[in-house]
Amino acid sequence: MAGLPDHLLRRSAEARAKAEGRDVEEILAEMKGEAPPAKAEAAPAAEPAPAPPAESTPPPVAPPASGNGARNLEAESADTGVPVPLLQRAMEARAKKEGRELVTAGAPAAAAPATAEAPASAAPAAAPAAPPAIPEGVTTQRLLTVVKAGAIQQVKTSPTDKVSVWPHLLAIEFVALMAVTAFLIIFSVFVDAPLLEFANFNEQPNPSKAPWYFLGLQELLSYFDPQVAGVLIPTLGAVGLAIIPYVDKNPAVKPADRKLAIMIFSFFLFASAILTIYGSFFRGPGFNFSFPWVDGIFFDF
Amino acid sequence: MANGNGKVGLKERLSQAGDHIRTSQVWTSIFRPGSPFRHGYTDSPRNRSYVIMNNVLYHLHPVKVKRHAVRLSYTLCLGGLSFFLFILLTITGIFLMFYYRPTSPQAYLDIQALSTDVAFGQLVRNMHRWGAHLMVLTVFLHMARVFYHGAYKPPREFNWVVGIVLLLLTLLLSFTGYLLPWDQLALWAVTVGSNMGAYAPVIGDQVSFALIGGVQITPDTLLRWYVLHVLFLPFIIVVFMAVHFWRVRKDGGISGPL
Repeated sequence: MAGLPDHLLRRSAEARAKAEGRDVEEILAEMKGEAPPAKAEAAPAAEPAPAPPAESTPPPVAPPASGNGARNLEAESADTGVPVPLLQRAMEARAKKEGRELVTAGAPAAAAPATAEAPASAAPAAAPAAPPAIPEGVTTQRLLTVVKAGAIQQVKTSPTDKVSVWPHLLAIEFVALMAVTAFLIIFSVFVDAPLLEFANFNEQPNPSKAPWYFLGLQELLSYFDPQVAGVLIPTLGAVGLAIIPYVDKNPAVKPADRKLAIMIFSFFLFASAILTIYGSFFRGPGFNFSFPWVDGIFFDF
Repeated sequence: MANGNGKVGLKERLSQAGDHIRTSQVWTSIFRPGSPFRHGYTDSPRNRSYVIMNNVLYHLHPVKVKRHAVRLSYTLCLGGLSFFLFILLTITGIFLMFYYRPTSPQAYLDIQALSTDVAFGQLVRNMHRWGAHLMVLTVFLHMARVFYHGAYKPPREFNWVVGIVLLLLTLLLSFTGYLLPWDQLALWAVTVGSNMGAYAPVIGDQVSFALIGGVQITPDTLLRWYVLHVLFLPFIIVVFMAVHFWRVRKDGGISGPL
């Protein structure tokens, strides 16, 4: 019981005292391995003591005559390395199980003085519940232990501020969906989708423009060979976009820590936007440059 | 119960009928426990969890998200809106399919008839076209938003790649649909667009031949692109969307690990 704080010991003793109807101080002393106070005399009397004569215990050497399993615990402990109290307990348990009388040969040496002085009662046989005092240098173990500050579970993530999806997120999403639907319906009421004349293979309109999202590429066609503008650049663009996460090894997500990545991406973003707008609104007949406010808009959505 | 003259009022009757319906076997079989539509739903943290957990929405959303993730200014709803526009386009597209035949003169005539003969035909066609353009825009902006938040970083690299595939599929869907009205705009825009692809080395001619069903755009191309537009590409994009959404949930949710 070494190392147990006093207040815990006392609490335990009080609990046991309450359960067994004994004196707190007595149990406390017992727990600490000290000699019980004088009052302890009362205790053994209450129990049906099997009582081997108390005077016979002190001799350190086992009386070989017992014949029913009396052993020299100290010698055994030295042999096996098992602490004496454990051997003692095992022996008691076995004796109880087999219904035999317990015969102790070697009472622990350290306990001897204490038990000798106390009136015979603290002897193991008299009070089997009370463990013998612990000899010097023997460490005992208990399963019960005091866990000092610090959680048993390892908490890896710190708790974050979270809100329920219902209703907080779903409400926002619902409003967003309704807003877009409303916008689309109203826009569709007022602006009709274009429908030109019937498709005619023999009459190419001037200028002929691709759908708006390809107009950046079509704009590039004015500067580069079709192999470059029509094939190489879009292929590189798609592959380049796809491998961004594997090229950008910077783990930071704060804009301040990834200026280069943002700069490069923004460059391409603005370049494609400018090319698209240029191709859409600043290209007239023959795909030549024209101001939309001078020559009109050559663009169908 | 009684309203003073011994008769049961209409209000009570209605509420009784409502209770009766909402405790019926049919109703409780439709709305799983925790649904706000169930009888006796109360607003509690536990029920708020159940609303999501016992709902098909659980495939898209966890029970809780980080507080900053629900701020509209964070995601701008762009990913969700792209998905919603896809659904809207599917609905309006199915409507258009009832009135459209992908053959040479008929396609154009059917589109014309939409604005003259079909109730709400012009409106639905407009919604389909503007919705398609809007979807290209939202998908593109969604990509930019994800980039600027650095949301493609581990463990979400692969979902970024899936997203790029979705962007390309969106462009293809829009492009194949562009031809279907079969007017001058459609014909020549697609001609210009597909001519660019034909310059691809080695496989350019073959790919172009397979896609437009010949060496140049013909009425056969119309049928081919119609099937691509209404069947093949939607099927592919739905598969990729399923993976995309699943990875969003698995890799940390919207606005994920920050």
